[in-house]
Amino acid sequence: MSSPTESVDPTEDAAGDDAAAGDDGREIPGWTPYREWFRDRWSEGGATAWATALGHLLVGGVLFALVAGFDLGTLPIGGSLVWFVYLSVTVAALYVATAPPAEPYVAWLEDRWMESDVDKLLIVLGHVVVVFFVFAVALGLPFNGLMGALSSVLFFTAVYAMMVLALNLHWGYAGVFNIGIAGFMAVGVYAMAILSSPTEAGAASVPGLGLPLPIGILGGVLAAAIVGLVAALPALRLRADYFAIVTVAFSEIIRLTLNSRTLQEFTIAGVTTGTGGATGITMPGNPVRLLFYDGFGAGAEPALLGSVLFPLFRGLRIELIPPGSSWLGVVPLPAFTLDLAVQPSVISNWAYVVVLSAFVALFYVLLVRTGNSPFGRVLKAIREDEVVAKSLGKDTNRFKIVAFMFGCGLMGLGGILWQGSQGFTNPGAFRPIITFYIWVALIIGGAGSNTGSVLGGALFAGALWEGPVYVRRVVTNYVDFGSTPSTFPGAVAPFVEGEVLPFLAFLLDNVSALRFILVGVILVALMQRRPEGLLGHRKEEAAAISLTRPGGGGGGGSTTADGDAVADGGREADGDGGAR
Amino acid sequence: MGISETYTRGRDLVTSRPSVLIVAGIVALLALDLVRQIATPGGLSTTQLVGYLWDGLVVGLSIGLAGVGLSMTYSILNFANFGHGDYVTSGAFAGWAVTWVIAGAGQFDLTTLLFIGSVSTRDLGVSAFATPLAIVVGLLVAAAATIVLSLVIDRLVYRPMRDEGGISLLIASIGVALALRYTIYIVFGQRTRGLTDAQSVPDIAIAGGFGVGGHEVALVVIAAALMLSVHFLLQTTKLGKAMRAMADNEDLARVTGIPTERVVRFTWIIGGGLAGAGGFLIALERGAMNFQFGWVLLLLIFAAVILGGIGSIYGAMFGGITIGIAQSISLVWLPSEFSTVAAFAVMIFVLLFKPDGLFSGVTTA
Repeated sequence: MSSPTESVDPTEDAAGDDAAAGDDGREIPGWTPYREWFRDRWSEGGATAWATALGHLLVGGVLFALVAGFDLGTLPIGGSLVWFVYLSVTVAALYVATAPPAEPYVAWLEDRWMESDVDKLLIVLGHVVVVFFVFAVALGLPFNGLMGALSSVLFFTAVYAMMVLALNLHWGYAGVFNIGIAGFMAVGVYAMAILSSPTEAGAASVPGLGLPLPIGILGGVLAAAIVGLVAALPALRLRADYFAIVTVAFSEIIRLTLNSRTLQEFTIAGVTTGTGGATGITMPGNPVRLLFYDGFGAGAEPALLGSVLFPLFRGLRIELIPPGSSWLGVVPLPAFTLDLAVQPSVISNWAYVVVLSAFVALFYVLLVRTGNSPFGRVLKAIREDEVVAKSLGKDTNRFKIVAFMFGCGLMGLGGILWQGSQGFTNPGAFRPIITFYIWVALIIGGAGSNTGSVLGGALFAGALWEGPVYVRRVVTNYVDFGSTPSTFPGAVAPFVEGEVLPFLAFLLDNVSALRFILVGVILVALMQRRPEGLLGHRKEEAAAISLTRPGGGGGGGSTTADGDAVADGGREADGDGGAR
Repeated sequence: MGISETYTRGRDLVTSRPSVLIVAGIVALLALDLVRQIATPGGLSTTQLVGYLWDGLVVGLSIGLAGVGLSMTYSILNFANFGHGDYVTSGAFAGWAVTWVIAGAGQFDLTTLLFIGSVSTRDLGVSAFATPLAIVVGLLVAAAATIVLSLVIDRLVYRPMRDEGGISLLIASIGVALALRYTIYIVFGQRTRGLTDAQSVPDIAIAGGFGVGGHEVALVVIAAALMLSVHFLLQTTKLGKAMRAMADNEDLARVTGIPTERVVRFTWIIGGGLAGAGGFLIALERGAMNFQFGWVLLLLIFAAVILGGIGSIYGAMFGGITIGIAQSISLVWLPSEFSTVAAFAVMIFVLLFKPDGLFSGVTTA
């Protein structure tokens, strides 16, 4: 490995040489002093080592591009296979070579991880952003595509975070095993849609009551809470697992009722409305759209923020090296433009993500406050031992009912912000499987912890939900699998004969099913090895005063999670993006 | 004296549990309405009603059959196994693959048969009457394959968590369910496939224009036989006694010298075997299946088991039949889209008044 082909990629050679260093101390003129110098700077660690590594990476990249006859205009986002290979190889080499300089990073990570819950959240969100940045580079997505992908991941992160927070109130605080989440979501969404849809139905859907949207949303939340009350009344007398079955039966009753043709359109007291049956129901327009357009229709003109931001971002291209320029008038330089253009739809998606983040923060604050209130302490006491709570004179049934209704109302609100924001929904969106996704997210994060809930939502949405799909896109982008077999036997037959590619192609084609298997396996593994979730034993004490040492983190942490999250994510993206 | 006693008891009932009266009233009203509908000329005919009851019995027995296994694992291992529906599906797929291979060997491509691929069911002509051997072997394989599957999963998933609480195991079983279901999806594909040749199944005519399908009879007979054997196994064998002891109090059972791990293994063997056989028979009766029919059925199975009271074999059978009949008899009043709603509603109603199920207190008997 220690061949003196030092020109192309010094970092790689450094890595290789590192491995071979122990063999002999041969002096190679030019190379050995250089290596010594590199090692010295390397062992200093910290910023010096990183700067050296980055410098080498940059020089290597430019040399590589020149040798490969590359148009640098495709940098930095706008990749191709060669770039991807270069990046992966150098990053891998860097990783192997930088064991000492990586230590501060790992230590820093561990440090921050132990520090506080908010830091954990920031770390996870930051890494999700970085990973999707890498995906975007690997896919050769333009900046617009990266932003689109990120907004979609963050959308799911936010909605799952909200739902998991609401579920945490049920399971983490009150110890009520609710597996009917989808049903309560459906009630909220449908009540909102029926209340707020225009009285004049278009061709697509049933007419509504035409009330203003805030009333519709409030009505949806109230409806979900009331259905929660109806579900909780019989359920209180039941054992936890019986209660679970009752809630899931409730959610199926709701879904099947919404699905029925009978209620598709009906008239009560002269007012015609309905659920739309299996074909679904049109949602009232998303008010966030009004920030950017003068109406909800497809032909709406940009207005307000839209008229300012759309033109600004549409043409956001920074010409770093104009075409035809050269270095000192001798060496011609390739043209290089930083393309930061973003489409209007992506901008409005981001705006909605910001709104959702605000709601996540609201949910978070609300639940932390609830958890620390006298009411929350009684809930925790019930969770720990209902008999004790009862003997202290607490009407545990009332507390449980109120907590259940509160959680169901939040689930209704979460459902409205999630399914209700998409313009259209149908009962198929509220199958029991949705409930289990939310449970998986809760268990990943750790029941009983509000930060864990948000964390679980982020990990579920990023790593388990969107991640596999992007992995498939990246792999199929670079590997030509030929024809994909459509059936399992068709994929296995060549596999037995030693051809792996068709089988892989088949698996990738079925990545949406594979991720269910992944979710299942992770769920089992978590329950076996870490039933308390990522954040460890996070059951908050029922005591009014903190039982931790003074100065120790203790409870919930601050509430500025979301603003910071974006900032930190950006910073990390920059750092790592530069390193590549 | 007798009158006043009855009066006092009646008054107690009214004051302490008025809801019981309300439900009794509703049930009486429905019964009266049923009689009225039958009496009205042009209304519901007796044949129709008997047809509903028979359909309910068939569906109920299939639910009950799958439910017995669930009830056993529930009472002995103390957790609601959400993977049970996918055990049912797995058994059905394993059994039907073998049935197809036996029925169609030499006639069709073996691989296509093994993966229950696209073969014309008419040409293949599988039915309990045309190809009884294939069906019997398929049934046995379905049971055997599910037993192996449930033992392997127990070894990998549940045994390391034996001391955990019921909820942890429940959540793990949701993971098992997801993994199993989508493994079946990947291997067999997502389409709903026809299995039997409906032409070759005779309808057995019974008086008054009412006939029952041959496969329905097969399901009822086999299901009843299997349930009876489970009953005798639990009541008369030492193993059954050990199981009942463990369902009552596991620690006490262990102290008494009952090899609890072995009992657990036999529980999985019986429960898994019944699930697989049940899945195979349900698919036989329906003549079609897809990768998630067990999961869809699972909620009804749970409803049946809970309705009957967990741990009670009779409860599971009775609960299944109640759910099945509630589902079909609701057609008298409600559109067919609400039949499952009716079944769940009946379960919730019963739990309102008997929170531990109809056969509460009777565990594994």
